[in-house]
Amino acid sequence: MNVTIIRFPGTNCDLDTANAVKKVLGIEPKIISCKENKIPKSDLIIIPGGFSYGDYLRSGAIAAREPIMDDLELKGNQGVYIIGICNGFQILTERKLLPGSLLKNSSLKFISKNVELKITRNDTYFTSKYQTNEIVNIPIAHHDGNFFADQDTLDSIEANNQVAFRYLNPVNGSLNNIAGLYNKNLNILGLMPHPERAVDIRTGTKDGSRVFESALNFYST
Amino acid sequence: MKAIVYIRLKTEVLDPQGQAIESALKNLGESTINNIRQGKLIEMDIEAKNIKDAEEKIEKITKSLLANTVIEEYSIEIS
Repeated sequence: MNVTIIRFPGTNCDLDTANAVKKVLGIEPKIISCKENKIPKSDLIIIPGGFSYGDYLRSGAIAAREPIMDDLELKGNQGVYIIGICNGFQILTERKLLPGSLLKNSSLKFISKNVELKITRNDTYFTSKYQTNEIVNIPIAHHDGNFFADQDTLDSIEANNQVAFRYLNPVNGSLNNIAGLYNKNLNILGLMPHPERAVDIRTGTKDGSRVFESALNFYST
Repeated sequence: MKAIVYIRLKTEVLDPQGQAIESALKNLGESTINNIRQGKLIEMDIEAKNIKDAEEKIEKITKSLLANTVIEEYSIEIS
């Protein structure tokens, strides 16, 4: 299994994410700069969290228009698996690979804490190691995580069962408590919580490990 | 030519920053101002053949980058 992590100026979760991949999967991921023209052949591409381009204009807006994103979009359309975590989620919505957008938290506060999430379905590449409706504990750390979409888009997300994770309790103003969602083909996942920060019980929870284990599980079954 | 693009959240999108500004004004004793919405202004110089040409160019870059039309609306001023 080949895992590639894309680093933009201002990305700051790339090493944590690489560490999680190494620890959970025993695989050395490639970290590449967004200035590369092509993404190497990968089974899973991760856009980690951070503040790409200082959140200038809108979170993820500048990164979403980097030339490397043309190749990411192409690979996404070909069915390559992609996860965008936190700022990565914002970048994927700005690129329109995922619907909706992430507004400032309704409290206007940066929120950094562990939250309870409900797993919506476990029949995807990213969640096969969870149970449907299982409640897990994974940290969030963001200022712009308030998911918004117009009513038609929201209806279509729900009708297509594209929600991946919901906050058990309202936390940032997200419509329908959406914490993470898939594209229609279920090969692209964006989520505000940080599974890579929840892979070792010494940091309080390892409920995030199974996102990575699920991916690996896909190749062993 | 000069161009100015005004960008604000759509009316159906909650604007907590606008609400925070309004609440600060209330704290200052200003009670006659309501429904504050805040946004941003982006100004630039543009080389164009005429106003129409400039408008088309600015519209294009606004849709492709300056505004996220999922959540924002915009207006363009050329002078």
